[in-house]
Amino acid sequence: MNDEDFQPGGDRFPPTRRSVIEGVGSIDAEERERALETLCAAYWRPIYKYVRLRWNRPAEEAQDLTQGFFVEVLERELLKKFDPKKARLRTYLRVCVDSFVSNEEKAGRRQKRGGNLAHVALDLAAAEEELGEAVMDPAAIPSPESLEEFFEKEWLRSLFSLAVEELREFCNARQRERTFRLFEAYDIEGEEKTSYEQLAKDYLIAVTDVTNALAWARREFRRIALERLRELCGSEEEFQREARATFGGNAR
Amino acid sequence: MRFLSNKAVECLRESAEIPDLTGTRYSLLERVARGGMGVVYAAKDEKLQRRVALKVLDAPEADRDLANRLIREALVLARLEHPGIVPVHDVGTLNDGRVFYTMKFVQGQRLDQYIENVSSVTQRLRLFLRICDAVAFAHAYGVLHRDLKPANIMVGSFGEVLVMDWGLAKFLQEDTDRQSQIADPDATILEKPNKAGDSSGGVQAIATGHGTIMGTPGYMSPEQARGDVEHLDARSDIFSLGALLRFLLTKNSDSAANAAGKQHLGKALEAICSKAAAPDPEGRYPSVSELALDISRYLDGLAVAAHRESFFEKLGRLYRRYRFFILLIAAYLVMRVLILFFMHR
Repeated sequence: MNDEDFQPGGDRFPPTRRSVIEGVGSIDAEERERALETLCAAYWRPIYKYVRLRWNRPAEEAQDLTQGFFVEVLERELLKKFDPKKARLRTYLRVCVDSFVSNEEKAGRRQKRGGNLAHVALDLAAAEEELGEAVMDPAAIPSPESLEEFFEKEWLRSLFSLAVEELREFCNARQRERTFRLFEAYDIEGEEKTSYEQLAKDYLIAVTDVTNALAWARREFRRIALERLRELCGSEEEFQREARATFGGNAR
Repeated sequence: MRFLSNKAVECLRESAEIPDLTGTRYSLLERVARGGMGVVYAAKDEKLQRRVALKVLDAPEADRDLANRLIREALVLARLEHPGIVPVHDVGTLNDGRVFYTMKFVQGQRLDQYIENVSSVTQRLRLFLRICDAVAFAHAYGVLHRDLKPANIMVGSFGEVLVMDWGLAKFLQEDTDRQSQIADPDATILEKPNKAGDSSGGVQAIATGHGTIMGTPGYMSPEQARGDVEHLDARSDIFSLGALLRFLLTKNSDSAANAAGKQHLGKALEAICSKAAAPDPEGRYPSVSELALDISRYLDGLAVAAHRESFFEKLGRLYRRYRFFILLIAAYLVMRVLILFFMHR
């Protein structure tokens, strides 16, 4: 028996996406912009909410600070200073946010800065609404540990939201809208868990079709989420650790 | 972008972790445990209509190191057919790219839980002998376990002892001289450092100049803790067995903690534990069989090789061993003295 008999993955998966750390430092402007967009898409919500709670800033100011922070990342090339051996990217970014907001406060600045983020839609109204849904009660988060945990949870929520969105597009492109709806009904929406039998009845299909559809959707969701995660890590080692923490029990 | 509730995030995480068993002969029943590198599920083998344990990586598909380790673990188990080692049934890759293997579903308790209800030292030592049997068998087939600890020993509902979790196992060179049994450094499965600060008592892996430290603090031999993989041999497992023996007898694997806690084992057992878990490999038992032999000697009331007895200790041991006959003779002599005494009054 040969180890190669069990080659995981095979060629079913697309090539690895490039890490944003490398992308942001690229000499290619297009590559740089795409990396910043990716970083921003995954992190703006956690950062915005974190600034609102940790620094107790009103919505408009938190918005300016969030945008300002991403401009700072680009202008001061903060990601170049990131060492994946020392910390996880999101821990590093959270510390950078703290330092950025603190400096802005000391300097008494509050500039509207958008820079290259003009085309990244920051749906602040939605973020505010989410914050209002009591992800965590601000009054109940006095310790830095709780805020750290809050940031982690928001980051995971952001990662999964992006992956779900990409899965929807992926399903639509393959005429598998029903598969996505089943996934949505069973794995996302169900406050009270529905059964495979019920779904089969609702969609007039066999239970085995539900099983197969859900297995496929979960597989693709996992793949997409891992690809996005890989983009957001500084090294392969960090990615492996993060992946295990995200899908394993370590992050709980 | 839609907002995902906390419940939805948790649900997605769990769903994404569920192994994709489509196209296999197995159907998923429930999650049983999480190990160092993967998750163990109870599954049903639809062809043979039986319950099996399915171990699957929780790491991403691209992690070849971990995939190789899981495959190696399955190969180790397949090679070791012994009643004390859990048998493997199948190995392969799932549709989601994760490597898995299936093995016998063991119903029972972990050793640390099981001994809570075993108060007799003799019973605990007999249990230990069965563990030694399995480990000695593995050594005879050129395999080091490298992570022997209570959590990796299961005791079945009929008292059968099974050594589990061979994920850190190491093949020794095939042509090894049994006296030294030097491990093959190339065969070492390297693991990258674990999450910083993780000292939960689980397996730890730390890269070093020599190799990679893998094992569990408290049960890992000093040479293993140094990452000195070139010099690992059977005596490294013997160190772990020594710590395990101490744990069985005192519920603590650390000799210093035992001394501080004034938990006395008796000189012979203390000597066996100390010899098995000696810091220097040269000071340990040369083989698991020698260790088991010393335990058997102790159980039979014989002198153990690890401890040189004083005259009074020898007397005490002989008394314990032949107590019945000694008491019988003593009773006879007392009776004779009493009879003589009354006859001469």
